[in-house]
Order: sequence, then C-alpha cells, then structure tokens
Amino acid sequence: MSRRVSIAYLIGLGLLLLAPMFIYPILVMKVLCFALFACAFNLLLGYTGLLSFGHAVFLGSAAYVTGHALKVWELPTLLGLLAGTGAATLLGWAIGSLAIRRQGIYFAMVTLALAQMVFFLFLQAPFTGGEDGLQGVPRGTLFGLDLADDINLYYLVLAIFAGSFWLIQRTIHSPFGQILKAIRENEPRAISLGYDVAKYKLLAFVLSAGLAGLAGATKTLVFKFATLTDAHWHTSGEVVLMTLLGGMGTVFGPVVGATVIVTLQNELADKVGSLVTVIMGAIFVICVLAFRRGIVGESLALYQRMIGQKNR
Amino acid sequence: MIKRKLLALSISALLLPAAGSALAQAGKISGDVVKIAVLTDMSGVYSALGGKGSVLGAEMAIEDFKAQFKPKFKIELVSADHQNKADVGSNKVREWYDTQGVDMVTDVLNSGVAIAVAKVTTEKNKIMLNTGAASTRLTNEDCAPNNVVHYVYDTYALANGPGKAVTKQGKDSWFFLTADYAFGHSLEKDTSDAVKAMGGKVLGAVRHPLNASDFSSFLLQAQASKAKVVGLANAGGDTINSIKAANEFGLTKNQTVVGLLTTIVDIHALGLPTTQGMMFTEGFYWNLNKETREFSRRFFSKHKGMPNMLPAGTYSAVLHYLKAVQAAGTDDTAAVMKQMKATPINDAFAKGGKIRDDGRMIHDMYLVEVKKQSESKEPWDYYNVKQVIPAAEAFQPMALSRCAAVAKK
Repeated sequence: MSRRVSIAYLIGLGLLLLAPMFIYPILVMKVLCFALFACAFNLLLGYTGLLSFGHAVFLGSAAYVTGHALKVWELPTLLGLLAGTGAATLLGWAIGSLAIRRQGIYFAMVTLALAQMVFFLFLQAPFTGGEDGLQGVPRGTLFGLDLADDINLYYLVLAIFAGSFWLIQRTIHSPFGQILKAIRENEPRAISLGYDVAKYKLLAFVLSAGLAGLAGATKTLVFKFATLTDAHWHTSGEVVLMTLLGGMGTVFGPVVGATVIVTLQNELADKVGSLVTVIMGAIFVICVLAFRRGIVGESLALYQRMIGQKNR
Repeated sequence: MIKRKLLALSISALLLPAAGSALAQAGKISGDVVKIAVLTDMSGVYSALGGKGSVLGAEMAIEDFKAQFKPKFKIELVSADHQNKADVGSNKVREWYDTQGVDMVTDVLNSGVAIAVAKVTTEKNKIMLNTGAASTRLTNEDCAPNNVVHYVYDTYALANGPGKAVTKQGKDSWFFLTADYAFGHSLEKDTSDAVKAMGGKVLGAVRHPLNASDFSSFLLQAQASKAKVVGLANAGGDTINSIKAANEFGLTKNQTVVGLLTTIVDIHALGLPTTQGMMFTEGFYWNLNKETREFSRRFFSKHKGMPNMLPAGTYSAVLHYLKAVQAAGTDDTAAVMKQMKATPINDAFAKGGKIRDDGRMIHDMYLVEVKKQSESKEPWDYYNVKQVIPAAEAFQPMALSRCAAVAKK
C-alpha cells in the first residue's frame, strides 16, 4: 500500500512539473497556494478536530507582512517569505493559546472574533493601503534566478508546496499525529492516558497557522499584492468549503477541493457572469447532502469496497 | 541511488522545454482582431453600478463604431466577473493578455482590483481604460500614464464638486458622516479642503464602521451640530441606509444632505420622497440633452434601467479606443495611447473630454439636486442640474499630481 501511495505521489509530482506547459502557470500557482492553505487547515480540522473559523487571518497577515517586507524593507525574497510565515506563526500562537481554552462552537466563534479584530487592524493600518490593498510587491530573485519570470517562480512555488505537503504528511504519520487523532476521537481518553492535550492542540494550531501563513506569503509573491480579501472571513469560509468538498481528514482531499474551487472561480468568471456564487452554493449543498466524505473520501471508500469484494 | 539520479535527470529534462515555452508566449500583436474585455462585478455590492450595464455599454459602443466606420478589423468582446477579489481579477486579466490576445480592459470597478489590474496591464504593456474605480491612486501614487487611463470619476472629483459648489450657494457649514476606512477618509478630507477653500466651515465629523446597520446616533450628532450641510462620505449600502435614517429623523427639513458617491441607481432604489433635495456630483445624466436621451433610451430598451456614469463612461471609453485604433491603423499600445491623448472626446458621455498626461480623463461633471415628486414628469426624471462643473475645475489639477512619471518630465 505504501509503495502504491509513493508511486501515486511521484506521478502527481511529475504532472505538476509538467503542468505549466499545458495550463496557465499563474492559475496553477494560485491553486497550489490555496491547496497548501487548505492542507494546513485540514491538519487542524481533519486531524485534530478543531474547526477554526478565522484561518484567513493567517493567510492575510503573512501576505501583508511579506508584501511589506519585500516592498518597503526591500528584503531578499526568501527572507520576505520567512518574515510572513513567522508573523503568521506568532499570530497563530497568540490566537491559538486563547482559543483552545474553549471547545466546539465556542472555539470556532473565538477564532472568528479574533480574526475579525485583526481584519479591522488591516482595514485601518496605513501600511496595508486599506481597501486599495498593498500593491506592486516586487518578486525579486532567488539564487540568481529572476522570479519575475512566471516559470521560474512556478518551480519555487511548487518546491514550497511539495516541501510543506511532505511536512504535513510526516506530521500526520508521526507519533505526534497519532496523538492529534486520538484527541480528535476522544479527548477525555487522551487526557486520561496522560497527554497534555492543551499543548498538543496549541502546537497543531501553531503549525497550521504557520503553514497557512506560508501559503499567504507565497500568494503575495505570485500576484504581487496583498488585499483585504485574503484576511476576510469569506476566505475563512472558502477554505472550509475546499476541505469539505475534497474530503476532510484525507491527505489529498484539500488539494482536490482547492483545485476544484479555485479553477471554478477562475473559469466561470467569464462564462456564467453573475451565476458564480449560485453555482458555488449549489456545489456546497450537494456535497453536504450527497457525499459527506468529500470527493477523495468517497473515492477512497469506493476503492476499499471494490478491493473488499475482490478479496472475498 | 540510481533511481534518484534518474529522477533528477528527468526533472531537469522537463524544466528545459517549460522555460522555452515561456518565451514563445510573448507573441506579436495581431492587427486583425481587436479584443476588448470588460472586467466588472456582476454579483456583488457594486453590480448595480457597473456589471451587466457596463457590458451593454461596451456592446453599444462596438455596434455604433461598426455602423459608422465599417472597420476592416474584427472586434471581439469578452467579459468576466471579478467577484471583488483582486486575485481573481488580476489572474483573469493576466490570462487574457497572455493567452487570449486581449488588447484593452475596461470598467474594472473596485479600487483594490483596479490597482492590481493596472500593475498587470503595465507589465504586459496593454491598455486599461478604467471607468469604474474611485481611487485617485490610479493617476497619482500608482499612475501608469502609458497604459492606464482613469476615465469617469475619482474621489477628488466627487468631493471637490459639491464641496465648492454647495458652499458657494451659501450652505457654508458642513458636518460629515464618514465610513471609517480609506475611501471614506479621503472623501472627507478632499471635501473639507474644498469647503475651506471657499471660505466655508467644517463643524465636525463622525466616523461609522463599514456596513453599519444603525445610523441613528450618528445622525443625531449631525443634527445637533446645526450644520447647514451633512456630507455623506460613504458608499453603497451605507449611503442608502444613512439617507433613509436621515429622512426618518426629519434631518432633511432643515439641513441639506450631500451624498459624495451617489448615482441615479441609488435614487431610483430609494425613491424621490426619501431623497428629494439631496445634492451630489454625477459624471453623467441621461436627461441632459438630445444626444444623451437618445443614447440612454437605447440603453434602457435593453437594460430596463437608465445608465449611470459607469455604463455611459464605458460606452465612451470603448468608442474612443476603437476610433483611436482606426486612426492609428494598429492596436499597438503606444500608438493607440498617443492617438487617444491627441484626440478630444465628443460623444453622448463627454463633450470636449481630454486625456491628460497623467492618464486622467477630464470632462464636465454635473452638480445635481434631486427633484421633488411633483416636479418629476416621467420615470427616471430625477435631477435638476444645478451647475455644470467645467472639466478644468472638476478634477485634481496637474500641479498637485503625485504621479512620479509626470513629475519627471
């Protein structure tokens, strides 16, 4: 099984390496950024059972910090990315340590409330440019490669995505990941086994926030701007949709979900006009009513059933 | 080990052709098809301002151009909904330029999206005729005079017109109701400056959050200030709610309400009894003269609503662009921009309009007052035009420009 999985990953990576020859690279980069964002979110929702409803704030804050670092402080690209990711991680620690004291819907509401506070800060702070956004961020260079070239940047984004995906994968399958799953399944039992649940939750939250931040920082590099949309609660909602649609608690689900949503948003923009939001809503309703395990979850279940029949 | 080497080799083999194709994408501009794109908000808060109306404006411009000039080249129109997301908008435009051969983008309302699209347009050396966004940054900090024209209005024009003209009429003390974000602040500041320049007084201001639901306490402050004019430095739903509340509190009896971004669409939505006596600046009014009426009735027959300044401006922008392409004989950006700047704009939207060096299109603006129900003779007959603000006074003078490209000259 694990051999099969690694072959599947290699094929996936191969396809991604080839993708910019067939698909518009900026679109693929955007998909990768949101896929990373959704994967980070899934680490929290799918594997730890914590529904954060303010995750966009990590995406947004990293986007702004990276943008500011590259544009105003004129830091090298890599440092800019690190600054953004670091800021999101710190913010994740601050918000996380407050939010994990509550559970369920209260946890979601606390994250939403804190995220709205930070959103307000971005709306008012002069360095973000308010609703005009932080615009014209230079991409800079990396190891002598000019990142203004979309193809060069594409492979950087792909490397970031692949590295983070590997990190998430490792986390899930590590003893730490097992404990997270134990917390998700039965928190009192995890406590009774002697685990300091709060610490594990906080660590998962910070990790998720940091990775979401990395996604936001990369996104700034791709689009050369950071706007309020990144930190808006709509985006927090969208990442929930991506994760549920792809398959919560599956490694690959968020990637599929993000791909579907981002591609639809982009492709439908000039085809159906005002119907985009209606179509998105319909997809969500169908997903919740008909296939709750999401696209990947349902496919896996189908696969298992077929294998089961063959073995019988 | 060998496997890894093989992998590395195959990856590097893949990288090479990919790098090659990037070069091939920068093709030549074809003179056969002129492709125009309308990027707008079709489903969100601004869709009533631009949206499908803007697309119709562009369609009508192409129709009129074809009828008048019988061009040899083909004209295509595409449109997209940017959903008020800067990344969706800039991604779409980038893709249009790179893979679809789009030559010019228009409308692009929402300042955040507009500035992002301006950057892409400059990078790809295409043209944006912005008829939708309000931010003065498009012709100042983020100006790109070789690629971007700001065509219809901006916060300066919206603020300056009523600030000066209303004060001149003796209504010289102001109080502001300001949406607490950059757009509201800049409207308030620009209007205050204009009021003070005319010898008026600003008695105070109150800030309300974006999308506020209850305006009563703010309006009571405005009422208590005894200012002759209450300026609404907000937009969209906030403007509509504050006008409704102002009416309920009877504020409109003794004080004049001036909306700083109000269009005929808002007046139509609120109705004359609620809005009568309000004053504001508009870039276009359908019932100005024979030409505007003809244009607007044609528009109405398809849209079931009269055009505000956005669709009318989009019509004018597309028409002006096509005429420039026709005259220059090419869709090359530099040549077309030069032609557009050299030719005055005369159509249903603007008379004697001119594109300045900083990319600002200047044209007459109109200070209007909303009619009483009894004065209105037909549906959509809403305004008394109190004053025509001449182009030279309506917009920010070049001397104040913060556009680096112009200052260098």
